[in-house]
Amino acid sequence: GRELGMLDSLLSLGGLVLLWDSVEWEGRSLLKALVKKSALCGEQVHILGCEVSEEEFREGFDSDINNRLVYHDFFRDPLNWSKTEEALPGGPLGALRAICKRTDPGPVTIALDSLSWLLLHLPCTTLCQALHAVSHQDSCPGDSSPVGKVSVLGLLHEELHGPGPVGALSSLAQTEVTLGGTKGQASAHILCRRPRQRPTDQTQWFSILPDFSLDLQEGPSVESQPCSDPHIPPVDPTTHLTFNLHLSKKEREARDSLILPFQFSSEKQQALLRPRPGQATSHIFYEPDAYDDLDQEDPDDDLDI
Amino acid sequence: MFVELNNLLNTTPDRAEQGKLTLLCDAKTDGSFLVHHFLSFYLKGMGRIDAGVNLTVARERGQLVFLEGLKSAVDVFFQTQEEPHPLQFLREANAGNLKPLFEFVREALKPVDGGEARWTYPVLLVDDLSVLLSLGVGAVAVLDFIHYCRATVCWELKGNMVILVHDSGDVEDEENDILLNGVSHQSHLILRAEGLATGFCRDVHGQLRILWRRPSQPTAQRDQSLTYQYKIQDKSVSFFAKGMSPAVL
Repeated sequence: GRELGMLDSLLSLGGLVLLWDSVEWEGRSLLKALVKKSALCGEQVHILGCEVSEEEFREGFDSDINNRLVYHDFFRDPLNWSKTEEALPGGPLGALRAICKRTDPGPVTIALDSLSWLLLHLPCTTLCQALHAVSHQDSCPGDSSPVGKVSVLGLLHEELHGPGPVGALSSLAQTEVTLGGTKGQASAHILCRRPRQRPTDQTQWFSILPDFSLDLQEGPSVESQPCSDPHIPPVDPTTHLTFNLHLSKKEREARDSLILPFQFSSEKQQALLRPRPGQATSHIFYEPDAYDDLDQEDPDDDLDI
Repeated sequence: MFVELNNLLNTTPDRAEQGKLTLLCDAKTDGSFLVHHFLSFYLKGMGRIDAGVNLTVARERGQLVFLEGLKSAVDVFFQTQEEPHPLQFLREANAGNLKPLFEFVREALKPVDGGEARWTYPVLLVDDLSVLLSLGVGAVAVLDFIHYCRATVCWELKGNMVILVHDSGDVEDEENDILLNGVSHQSHLILRAEGLATGFCRDVHGQLRILWRRPSQPTAQRDQSLTYQYKIQDKSVSFFAKGMSPAVL
């Protein structure tokens, strides 16, 4: 079998995973595929749904996946404009904290759809503090009951945020996945930061099947790669130059036999230790001017070496 | 309605998808021909227009409700209002949110009690959203307004939305960028009309880029973006592949 790619095992390590998408390459399909994977592993999955309706999010999942998904609806009335009693208290962050206060010790995945919506509507610092508290829960000993691993998967639309919030979120995240692609083939660039380890990165080509399973691929198929026109031969840039890029045989030999001035070989050592007779020694000629204080005594005379 | 554009989008008035948001965007050119297309496309879809599309008739029948933005903007300063005016935010120093505007839209979309249904499904056409930015509303507030419209029109009433946003191409205009990108991410279909990079041309008026997003079923082969060039004529628009204008072939 093939080794599991990083894309497959993104959520198994826990912590905060950022999923960056763009107008050109949407990320909700991958978000749903990762959610499906978590659900199939037996985890409980919570969705904070701010951008699409619950029906739309659940579409394409079969019933055993849907039974494991808890959808917190912030799509219908996120700003409480209808002023009914149905509004979820505490807003999205309240819901996030409530999920973490759970008594069930199993592993949990929380999908934020989308983290961009939260970032546009909440102060960045408050959001970052909440995300830090949630994704580092295992290391916070405040609660005496042991809780399982928490993975937070946040969908972010890269065009909507400035470098400040982007940097703040990146510093909190253990893993960042950036969507891209070429000519109909999607790719995910995965950057993984583990404590005390070098960051690793990998680009994984993939496609999402109609049932939201992840299909990993080797690369864009040959037909979809941009091909150069076979009628135009590749141009050699080294023709027609005004300078010479090549060495003749004699020039090459001379170059190879050259000893570099600061290379210390045994010949050089011998030459230095035994100066040849008749070899000109070097002199220093010094013309003192009127203000010089010349002292003929050797300043090192009083040293006892 | 431009039949060629229907072919490119693979749709007809009687079998149009519902619950969709389409974004029309223009950069360095006038995208209003796209607005006209969708206006007549949806009116035709209502099935009761016999000869051509008569906007006045549609308006009288209640099928078409206009909010004349600029006219209302002036009214709000000169009239005493008991009820909240849709453009109430203009009077408030701190243009917080567009809730009154949303409530106006929701009222307008309510089916009339008794009598026959005004439409099979409602269509909300916004021409153009960039005006709200120039009236001083923040980009996030406009995005929230569109979100609520989408929740009501597309999800609750299973209707469609068509929104026009200008892309000024101005790197300094961050608010417009956030608005354009924010609406793009909420859209199912984006039609972007661009002027040619090389300048004005008599036979090719611009380039149209069609981008499909958010398919309900992800397709294994994502063939989601097409680019065509177009020429606007008297009563129609002709589309052709890049470099294939009849004038140059």
